[in-house]
This record gives sequence, structure tokens and C-alpha cells, in this order.
Amino acid sequence: MDFSDTSEEAAFRAEVVAFLDEYAPRKAGRLSDTEAIDAAYVQRARAWQARKAAAGFAGITWPRAWGGRGGTPMQQIIYGQEEAKYAVPRGVFEIGLGMCIPTLATYAAAETSALHVGPALRGEKIWCQLFSEPAAGSDVAGLRTRAVRDGDDWVVNGQKIWTSGAHFSDFGLLLVRTDPDVPKHAGLSMLFLDMKSPGVEVRRIKQISGTSNFNEVFFTDVRIPDSQRLGGEGAGWKVALTTLMHERLAIGTLGGPDFPEILELARTVQVNGTPAIQNAAVRERLADWYVQSKGLEYTKLRTITALSRGHMPGPESSIFKVVSARKLQEIAQFALDLMDGAGLVTDPDLAPMRGMFQQALLYAPGGRIAGGTDEILRNIIAERVLGLPGDIRVDRDRPFRQ
Amino acid sequence: MNFAFSDDLQHVRTEARAFLKAHAAGSARRVLEAGNGFDSDLWARIGQLGWIGAAIPEAFGGSGLGDEGQCVLAEEIGASIAATPFASSAYLASQAILLFGNDAQKARWLPGLADGSVIGCVALGEGAGQPRADGISAVLRDGQITGTKQPVIDATVAHIAVVAAREGGEIVLAVVDLAQDAVTRSTLGTLDPSRDAATLIISKAASERLPGAAGFAAIEHLLDRAAIFFAFEQLGGAQTCLDMARDYALERQAFGRQIGSFQAIKHKLAEVYVAIELARSNAYYGAWALGADAPDLTSAAAAARVAATHAFELASAENIQTHGGMGFTWESDCHLYYRRAKHLSLVIGAAPYWKDRLIGFIEQRNAA
Repeated sequence: MDFSDTSEEAAFRAEVVAFLDEYAPRKAGRLSDTEAIDAAYVQRARAWQARKAAAGFAGITWPRAWGGRGGTPMQQIIYGQEEAKYAVPRGVFEIGLGMCIPTLATYAAAETSALHVGPALRGEKIWCQLFSEPAAGSDVAGLRTRAVRDGDDWVVNGQKIWTSGAHFSDFGLLLVRTDPDVPKHAGLSMLFLDMKSPGVEVRRIKQISGTSNFNEVFFTDVRIPDSQRLGGEGAGWKVALTTLMHERLAIGTLGGPDFPEILELARTVQVNGTPAIQNAAVRERLADWYVQSKGLEYTKLRTITALSRGHMPGPESSIFKVVSARKLQEIAQFALDLMDGAGLVTDPDLAPMRGMFQQALLYAPGGRIAGGTDEILRNIIAERVLGLPGDIRVDRDRPFRQ
Repeated sequence: MNFAFSDDLQHVRTEARAFLKAHAAGSARRVLEAGNGFDSDLWARIGQLGWIGAAIPEAFGGSGLGDEGQCVLAEEIGASIAATPFASSAYLASQAILLFGNDAQKARWLPGLADGSVIGCVALGEGAGQPRADGISAVLRDGQITGTKQPVIDATVAHIAVVAAREGGEIVLAVVDLAQDAVTRSTLGTLDPSRDAATLIISKAASERLPGAAGFAAIEHLLDRAAIFFAFEQLGGAQTCLDMARDYALERQAFGRQIGSFQAIKHKLAEVYVAIELARSNAYYGAWALGADAPDLTSAAAAARVAATHAFELASAENIQTHGGMGFTWESDCHLYYRRAKHLSLVIGAAPYWKDRLIGFIEQRNAA
């Protein structure tokens, strides 16, 4: 066992570091900042994306035909490891470049693809993913947004929800129901659209944390040309699975306070007149989080090792979010308990460590829901890793209309 | 990046699994029911195969598979819950002599320990409580040890014990040949009768001090290294429990369907899977830290130990639960794993000890 790079990997890493050193500042502290994604932020993100593209670090694993680097998953990982050490704008292009564009490039005609891939890669166009609906979350194939054929167009009516970045996106990947008379999975089709099309209305959702990362998107008689359909009519579910498979490759854990932060707090906060870290009960909880945190870190190294040998990560990657989301919530709860009554106070000038634990308490519940709830992830582990039977689905073979 | 066992060791694993499937099936139950301490046939065979001497250099009669090799074998033996003194002899006694013995002592004891003709154990504790310096009151004077050690795992079946004692005020380790009149052994009833344990009453027994072991820190270092091997053994046991539970959940029908199709069962087993994978990853890092003699060996060992202890306890308990009433019967193998899980949790410091050691180590490094 060893953790060192091969000589090719080391050379690539050096190239990445040289690029980042030249164009980006290193992160000041190890604490992650929670910057709101506003118009100015999006502008900076576009500029950074353009710079990455020019230097050949956007679309590292994409084929050269798409304007990518034609590189390896290991190179993508190395780039990600190094970029994480720098203060660069993130959270704007991941969905488009990680999920939407690979789907488009897989299913669209070559000329359509050529029209969209480059601008997305260079940060000129931002994409969002319009799958979830108010009545179709975990069970996304139960969606109701209806597309009816009218000449060469589809006319779309309905509502999407939880759409990250819809308010600053130029294009969207849209899963719609084109045939309600067949069972739910069979009646879906995939379209893409210009988010500025008439009849599209984006409304921000205010989360319990007070910030707004998600949107509702309403469609009223929106006309989308059939040339913007990806895959066959009724084949939308298969296309959506391609998109979601790409999501799985983005193995990431959530940001926010982890073991080092709760350790730092436990050193400074007092329990019964001595630093909390000296308290046996506190030490026991902290040890559990250390073990989980390191367990995920080393699991990632095992995944990277498998990847470097040509194995793609599978459903076992569900472990990252299922562990880290709950850990984040538990750490936030426990941190506030250590502060006791003062834990109520969110004012960053008064709350320890600028209120990061109070913030985390309020955004942690979202982590356990977004991108697959804890329950859905456990189903995935049980069914696709352990080989247990799928749930009995009473609606699977019934026409959606019923 | 190469965070996996080598192809050679994967081959060792495959061979070991096949061998244990053929020769270790029923081993724990036979010993548990006969109360004869260990499976001597199996022990002789794995001695011939070079498993017991995996981490012992070839110069001292070992097979030279190294620490990582011993980790792989520990995992497979754990998966089979074979009733052997493998842990006592290989992870503890052999390691103590390797770490702290002089060349003459290594040459004298290690070849026998490696081929299994000598069984070793380690006698640290003297009753209740965590491994602590002030828990050691046995005395070494003029080359003779006097004291009572309890419980000592595998003491009835062992030939030698590495005994912790005080010489002057200092904690030392010394090898005691157990076949002498100055040593009395009485076998203890324990939670896991497929494993031997005894009280050792030592009265002016001849002993040979291991010169490299100075102070309680030497014992802690021995336990750190052993914790990683134990973690692999626990990991193997946990995985078998998950496999048993999964297989039963696929086979057993209730309310007109396989019980494995109920989310109550699926989510439970998914949680067990998660605990096992966290344990596996921490154990792998421990294996690396052993080989590299890493400066963070203590935290690597503690994390591996804590994660593996949790995984095996959880997996063995939920395995019984998944089996329902059948899992609670003597005839089912579920309880063999449940017993072994708790046995392994308790033998070298339980989870609270290792959690405290983990945070203590991190704080000590931070202060330095």
C-alpha cells in the first residue's frame, strides 16, 4: 500500500498546482466559507470556468471531440483535490457539466451537441436539471409535468421544484410526461429548453436556513421544439438514468463542520469548569465522529484506487452522503449542547467560531434529503449492493393516468 | 495511489478462504460444545501453511508475508470464527518477542511460535478495568515472577506467556514457560467458550525478561499493533454476519413475501453494511500504518479498533434479529458470532478505552 502518485500523476498534479498558484488565492483557513450565490458570484464563477477551460482543466475526462481534455478519472480527482485548497467560486457549473451536458452529448445529434457543449464548458452558458416535482421527489418517475405534441413543438404545462441554480441558468434539462396512458416509467420523455422561453417562471424557495439555493419552476404553455428532445419518445426514463449515473460519479461529502471543528470547539468550551475535551462523554462522541470522518476519507482512497485500475464507482458510493449528512446534523446538535443556553445565539460576533454550528444545524436537514434521501440511499445499498429484493411497487405496471 | 492489498495478498486471501471453508466449518461449535479450548487439528494445519508465522521474518522461521499478510489472514480467520489461539499467539506473544526480545530470545521462541508447535499468550490484566499501568502489580524479582493474572486468553492451551510485571517500580515484560510447577492454571467460564481463558497463578516462576520492553509505553505499543490485527479479525466476522443475515432475508418468507423486501430489514442491513465499510477503510489505513510504522499509528489503531468493534457487535446482534426466533436457538450459528464479537471487543481494551486513547493521542500531538 502506498499513497504516492505515479510519475504521470505527479507531473499532472504539478501542472495543476502551477495553474492554480498563478490564477487563484489559497484558502485562508481550513473553515469553509458559506458564500451566497448571487449575481456577482455567478459572474466570478463564469470567469473562473472560462480560465479553467482555456487551460484545459474543464471537462478533464471528456473526449477531445467534445472539447475536453480526454484525460483520466484520476486526473479529474487530482484536479479536484488541488482546487479544493484554493478560494475559487464553486456550485454553479457542477450540475450542468457533471450531469446535463454528458446526457446531451450522449443523446443529441452531433450538430446540436456541438452548439451547446463548448459554451457550457467555457462558462458562457449555465445548465440546470428539471426533474423533481412537488408530488414526485424520491419517486421521480411519478412526475406530472405534461408535454403535448403540437406540430413540431411540445407544449409544456406543469411545475418543477428543488431546481438548483434555475434562477441563473441559461438552459435546462427537462423530464416530462408525454404519454399518461402507459405505466409511469414508459410515458416520460427528455427535452431541453432555453430557460428564457416564454411561459417559464422561476421562483426562489426560502429554506429553513433563510438562504435560497433552490427554485420552483412553473411552465405555462411553454413551446419546445421536438428537435430538443433527447432520446426517443417514451424513453425519457432511460435518459434520466444516464444523468443520474453521472451524479453518482461526483463522490463528495458535504461541507460544514466536521471532526476538526467540533474538536476545536471542545477545547474552548467548558463543561463543569473544565474544557469539554477533558470530559469522558465528550471524548467518546468525538471519537465516533473521528472514526466516521476518517472512514469516509479512506473509503474515498479505496474508491480512487479502484478507479485508477479502471473500475467505475457503483452504488456503494451512496455511503458518502448517508454517513456525512447525518454526522453533520449530529455534530451541529452536540456542538450547541456544549454551548448550553448560549447555543441559541446565532450572532457571529457572539457565537463560538462565528456561528458555524448554528448555521449547520439549520442547513443539515437539507443534506439528508437532497440528491437522494437517507431512506432512498439505504434502499440503493440494500438492493444494488446487498442484492435484496426491490420494493413491491403497486403502480409499476398500471397506466399512469390511473 | 494504491490503497489496496497487493495481488499476491489477494491470492493469499482466496486460498485462505477456500481452505477455511473446507477445514474450519464447525470449528467454533465443536470447541464450544466440547470445551476443549481450541481446534488442535486446524491449528496444526495453519501452522504448516505458514499462517501463524505470517508476520515473523523468515530468518526466525516465519513465512515472511509481513504485517499486511497477517491482516489478510486475520480477516479470513475472523470470517470463519475458527477456534484457534491465533490472536494470542500471532498478534500478541509473537509480536511482543519480535518487538522487544533480543536475538537469542527471538531465535529460541519464534520458530516454534511460527509453526504452531509453541502456543503463546499474553498476560497483562489482573482483574477488572482497562489496560493501565496501575493495574499491574505482579512482581519480577531475581528473574522470578509472582502474581495473579486474570482473565488470560488461551492460557490453558498455551505453552508460554508474555507476562507484564513490575521490576523495581518499572513495568516490564517477561516470557514465562507455563509448564512449570510455579504456575497454576484454572480455566474460566466465559461468554465465548469456543475460546480458552484462564486464571494464571504465578508463584516465583522462572522467567526471561524481554530487554526491549521498558515501561507501560511498550505495552501500549504492543496493543496498538495488535489492535489493527484484531480489527481485521472483527471485520471478517462482521462481514460473515451480514452475509448470513442477507442470505436468510432472501430465503425467509413472511406476509407472503421475502423478509428482505421489507424496508425495515433492508435499512437495518444497509446500516450494517455502512458500519462494516467504515471499519474496513479504517482497518486498511491501520494496515498501511503498521507497514510504514507511521507516526499516527496510535490513532490509526484506535480508529480501526473502534470501528471494527462497533461493526462486529452491530452485525452479530442484527444477524440474530434478522433470523428472528431461529437466531436465538443453540442450533443456529448466530450466537457463535455474537459471542465471538463480544469476546473480541473485550480482549485488548474495550471501545471506551480506545476512544479515550484516540482523543488523548490527538490532544497530545496537538500540544506537542
